[in-house]
Amino acid sequence: MHDRRWTHLDDLEAEAIHILREAAACFERPVLMYSIGKDSTVLLHLALKAFWPAKPPFPLLHIDTTWKFREMISFRDETVRKHGLDLRVHTNAEGLRQGISPITHGSRVHTDVMKTQALRQALEAGRYDAAIGGARRDEERSRAKERIFSFRDRNHRWDPRRQRPELWNIPNTRVHDGESMRVFPLSNWTELDVWLYILQHRLPVVPLYLAKLRPVVERDGLLIMRDDDRLDLRAGERVQERVVRFRTLGCYPLSGAVESSADTLEKVLEEMLRARTSERQGRVIDHDQSGSMEEKKREGYF
Amino acid sequence: MSSMLNDDETLGAFLDRYRSMELLRFLTCGSVDDGKSTLIGRLLHDTDRVYDDHRKALEEDSKIHGTQGGKIDLALLVDGLKAEREQGITIDVAWRYFSTARRSFIIADCPGHEQYTRNMATGASHCQLAITLIDARHGMTRQTRRHAFIAALLGLPQMVAAVNKMDLVDWDEARFRALERDFLAWCARLGTPEPTVVPISALHGDCIVHPSAHAPWYHGPTILQLLESVPVMTPSIDAPLRLPVQHVIRPSLDFRGFAGQIESGSVAVGDRVQVLPSGRQTRIARIARDGTDGGDLQSAAAPSSVLVTLTDEVDCSRGDVIACVGGAQQPVVCTSIEADLVWMDETPLMAGASFLMRIGTRTVAATVVRIRHVVDVDTLAQHARDSLEWNEIGRVDIVTQQPIVVEPYRQMRSLGALILIDRVTHATAAAGMVRSGDPHEPNPRRAHWATRPAPTIEPPAGQSAIESVERAVRWRQRPAAILLFGPPKSGKTRRAFALERHLWQQGHAAVVLDGQALRGGLSRDLTFSDEDRSENLRRAAEVARLLLDQGIVAILSMVAPQPAARDLARDLIGADRFLAVDCSEAGADDAALFRDVESFIQSDRTPGAG
Repeated sequence: MHDRRWTHLDDLEAEAIHILREAAACFERPVLMYSIGKDSTVLLHLALKAFWPAKPPFPLLHIDTTWKFREMISFRDETVRKHGLDLRVHTNAEGLRQGISPITHGSRVHTDVMKTQALRQALEAGRYDAAIGGARRDEERSRAKERIFSFRDRNHRWDPRRQRPELWNIPNTRVHDGESMRVFPLSNWTELDVWLYILQHRLPVVPLYLAKLRPVVERDGLLIMRDDDRLDLRAGERVQERVVRFRTLGCYPLSGAVESSADTLEKVLEEMLRARTSERQGRVIDHDQSGSMEEKKREGYF
Repeated sequence: MSSMLNDDETLGAFLDRYRSMELLRFLTCGSVDDGKSTLIGRLLHDTDRVYDDHRKALEEDSKIHGTQGGKIDLALLVDGLKAEREQGITIDVAWRYFSTARRSFIIADCPGHEQYTRNMATGASHCQLAITLIDARHGMTRQTRRHAFIAALLGLPQMVAAVNKMDLVDWDEARFRALERDFLAWCARLGTPEPTVVPISALHGDCIVHPSAHAPWYHGPTILQLLESVPVMTPSIDAPLRLPVQHVIRPSLDFRGFAGQIESGSVAVGDRVQVLPSGRQTRIARIARDGTDGGDLQSAAAPSSVLVTLTDEVDCSRGDVIACVGGAQQPVVCTSIEADLVWMDETPLMAGASFLMRIGTRTVAATVVRIRHVVDVDTLAQHARDSLEWNEIGRVDIVTQQPIVVEPYRQMRSLGALILIDRVTHATAAAGMVRSGDPHEPNPRRAHWATRPAPTIEPPAGQSAIESVERAVRWRQRPAAILLFGPPKSGKTRRAFALERHLWQQGHAAVVLDGQALRGGLSRDLTFSDEDRSENLRRAAEVARLLLDQGIVAILSMVAPQPAARDLARDLIGADRFLAVDCSEAGADDAALFRDVESFIQSDRTPGAG
């Protein structure tokens, strides 16, 4: 009856498509947060699938901090062109004018101004009542309590103590004007599921996930790629060409590379399966302090 | 941690193994300090699933927030929120993911202390198995009984009780057996399948992943052995087809597809189906899929998310259900259901309250017309009541404004599960499980004020040999009906009886007609719908009229929320004999009420007055 065995991934896919269709049907102005990384790649693929043969009934939104890897931006533009999608790019103009940068202001200020504030601006300007994102519950401890349909008040705040109970697959999608919902179709996926799905469907990913000779600087225990000359070298630092790849992608001065020779998806997966550390280890943003992600989420960070 | 890949395993071999791995969703519940977080931490730790950087962070956290004297505190692996680590409690349902060589697991970690009913019901709605923790020192508590009750109510097919802290009772077998007997007995009363009871020490890791040397008398499975061996519930493809329509996809005039997740059964091209609630029959034309994704399917089964087209231009939109035709089990199309509710809102449910109800993919306006009973979860006794408080469970009648497609929850979860949404706050006020749908209209419209047919029998008026003036002299009063109205808990009943006492002491004759008391007999057949509240008031007014004819003062204590119904009562009794007092108004004191009533029943027509 079926061409192949029903797997755990099929289960997760069916669930995610159900969530995407609920979001499209229940909200007036949904938007899909597209951040170019591997989770967004899976999310976008599922959105294309959920509404085929129509286009997804919502635009894509990318919060551009202006510090993304150049390869991410070209991958983004190519993806949008290939599928004929409606992409909105937003940058916090005020932050740009103030010259906020992850290098001079640190990850905390940069993330707050160029990501959290920027996201709020974009959501308010677009009057979006639902923002669909690719976050997973297994990413970080405070995300483990996140709902699939996660309510945000008028100030985009998340209150972990006042979340709506989520029963069966029946979301309560009701919001008042100005309130909104974050929607996470990949909530129940793990990092492994994401990679397996990408492999199974041969989805193109940003080449930065694959190992290659790249110019990196060792800084604060992390390998930072010098993607352009805005990364000034500190005393004693020098740019080295090393074979590295990235487990997660964000702003390049905040993304630590790992030394690896995995230059195909299969090798990446194999390396991941042998990994003994979590994927967020290479992210500066989570290391500020214990509970930092929780605080950023309360403020409206995705 | 150890690697996911076995030493000599190739990626290809792993992928094959992974594809055959099943996914089990289970929940853990227990009271505060029963050791739930420690149990989950222990499962992750002993299956070697903790990343090295997480372990390092855990060691740091254990020194600051740990309860193990600076030693590693596994509970901190799962207490995610800052407030939780600081307070040492778990606030909300947390979701955990781990896998062993055999299975993938999703854990819903349901905290027990605060909003336990709501958390437990939420977790249970996503899971097939519940692990309830019992502290070996304390035995079965109210919480234990409640957890098992909710698991049974939500229809979880598998129950496990983990008797924790066995090390603190010296691994006393007699103690364990007694607890096991208690738990089995309780589950038998609930009618759940026979549970498995396991003695453990989460702190020391006994019987979690590895068997324990401390319990040579225990021959059953460890927790992990259980989790890896219980059969995973998969939807049967032989079950009847239910496909609730989520979204209509119409990219052009030539294509009209219906998108949704198959909740039950399977569907194939050419199958005859019906669209409910309309009942129109048609056939499946395509199970459409993108060519780059493998193209159209010939068949699909639950729980696939699919897109189907139909051979006829039938009316079908979000909220409708595509179902198989015929078969023993058919959904009911109705506007009236009986359901069990888990009440989750801080504001109590009062009969007569209206909500938005979601069932399947349909959202309708719905009114809880009657609360049949509230369950005392400790004794399973059913108590008649007209409100349902936070975290209580009760049985209700619900009437919807538009037809809905339902099936008993026990037969078909997808068309038997519902939520009620508060119309103003948008809070999820309740989770509901349909027991039955009434395919017929709700109770036929009852005789009512406005539509009341003219009496065919004339009342035997004027037959009494006692004249009303004689009565007025004896009772020293002008008969009148005093309506004390207001919402529940506004004090109307208390004031009614205070007024009765006061009039008694003044030598008057008065009778209290309490709305709630009437419902125990005269109005036993009534619900709390607007219509039935109005009818209850009408009956009280009729009784009052009879009393007034005997010269007696009638004190009516009624919710009477509708001004129109109060006006009708006034008309029935006569405006000059009717006094309505709003008990929800602040500031009114009893003395003022007594004064007003006394002056009202001592008009100048009353002999002996003035």
